[in-house]
Amino acid sequence: MPAKLVSKGLKVLGYLVVAGILGFVLLPAIVVTVASFNQSAILAFPPKELSWRWYINAFSYADFGHGLRNSLVVTFWGSSIALLVGGAFGYALFRYEFRFRRTLEMILLSPLVIPQFTIGLGLLMLASMISVPRTYPLVVFTHTVIVLPFVLRSVFISLQNFNTRYESVAASLGASPGRVLTTVTIPLLLPGLLSGWLFAAILSFNEFTATLFVANQATHTLPVAMYNYVREYADPTLAALSVVYILATAGLLLAANAIFGLDKVFNVD
Amino acid sequence: MKVRPYLGWFVTPAGFVAFGFSAALVAVLQFSFRAYIPGMLEPGGFTLSNFSEIVHPAYGRAFARTLALCFYTALFSLILAYPLALALLRTRSRFMRSTILVIAVTPLFLGEIVRTYSWIIVLGNQGFVNSVLLGLGIVDKPVHLMFTTTGVVVALVHFTMPIVFVMLTAALAHIDRNLDKAAQSLGAGPIRTFLTVTLPLSVPGIVAGTTTAFAWTFSAFATPQLIGGGQVTTISTLVYQVGFASFNFPFAASLSLAGLVFTFLVLALIGFIAQRIIPAGETHAR
Repeated sequence: MPAKLVSKGLKVLGYLVVAGILGFVLLPAIVVTVASFNQSAILAFPPKELSWRWYINAFSYADFGHGLRNSLVVTFWGSSIALLVGGAFGYALFRYEFRFRRTLEMILLSPLVIPQFTIGLGLLMLASMISVPRTYPLVVFTHTVIVLPFVLRSVFISLQNFNTRYESVAASLGASPGRVLTTVTIPLLLPGLLSGWLFAAILSFNEFTATLFVANQATHTLPVAMYNYVREYADPTLAALSVVYILATAGLLLAANAIFGLDKVFNVD
Repeated sequence: MKVRPYLGWFVTPAGFVAFGFSAALVAVLQFSFRAYIPGMLEPGGFTLSNFSEIVHPAYGRAFARTLALCFYTALFSLILAYPLALALLRTRSRFMRSTILVIAVTPLFLGEIVRTYSWIIVLGNQGFVNSVLLGLGIVDKPVHLMFTTTGVVVALVHFTMPIVFVMLTAALAHIDRNLDKAAQSLGAGPIRTFLTVTLPLSVPGIVAGTTTAFAWTFSAFATPQLIGGGQVTTISTLVYQVGFASFNFPFAASLSLAGLVFTFLVLALIGFIAQRIIPAGETHAR
């Protein structure tokens, strides 16, 4: 009997603990949403009057528009290049043996453990040493390096769940290696590649620290523009923009969960 | 011999990226041994003075502060992530599973700036926490959370807890549930089963999670910069300040290099300790 009581007590306690932790995770999102509708420029909880003015402000602030355009360009090219490079390399890594295989893999996965400020600083110094201007290609390359490990990971997961018999069948029916690749392998890997691209794009869109080092006034992305804003102004404009950000990210995550299953992406099945 | 069609096409682009990235790391190494000429962006000749300067107590304090931040962040992330990971695996409702998973991983995708700004509103003197505490009459003047190490740790845990959660869940999911049942049929209560079976078997997940939390905290810049507000100096904020306020890139490079060596030493230490624990855990469960 006491054992049963203990386990029931543990269960109730468990629910409370889980609710508390999820509350902690959600708290900043909830608070920033409430703050974004606050009429006055000075924070107050609960807000005395509500208004949309900070949303209007966020959308009309020129620097954010400029940053958003840069972000879209950098995110698109950065994650697309990472997908092509990472998809091809991930395939070779999984299927072939070749020279410097381990070394290359180690170098390309190392951005996971090397601090982003070091990556940014290094690329900035390299650019200045070989006289590359701080334009789009530098920022795009920085993003490619940073999101590549995540693309590699998702290519690997797709290849692990890949049934090689389809390829053997196609080859035995006379398809050339190129034909097998384009008509069997790539179409079958496509969902995994797309989910890899999606996560790379989300990460690239949010990348801040390394970008702060390599971007200049002309190429700075939305997160850098937001950082500059927060250092200069204290009004809730950024709260409004944060809400838009949170909604967009939550939407993408829910979509990813429905399409790919987050438990598969995170390998927690 | 095995056929490797299109090998060159698959590997060459990755080779270029790897080469460019390695060159950037070599640039850090190279700059860290160059002299700083005030007012010049170009570094001077070879010198070791950047490294003798690091020994200065002010920089030592930044290293100690960073280490403390990493330690507390990893510890609290683990404490919060463990029950959440267990709940995800033990619940039978699909809805609960999805809810826990989607909410728990959201901070991973929110970006440093949005997260940090939101925490500024939560922790500020006129922020949420202080409004609630003052409103309920628990305190009579605002509690200082901004510009403190506590504030920085809270905001960083919010970011690192999800990745520890993901890694722990992956590790816990691969533990054979029959071991639990065996322990219970032999008379162990739920707490004893957890302490003697589940916990030791999850050590690899704990190590993977805390290592990542540690590395991410070390890498964090916007959070210590904005919530710390100059009061919480870490290696990352120092590198930025040295690089972009005084344009002393050689010294910024040597600080980064020292930080990199420092991280790898700590991670190697965690790995070493873990190797000692894991075999013990395995025999325990067998």
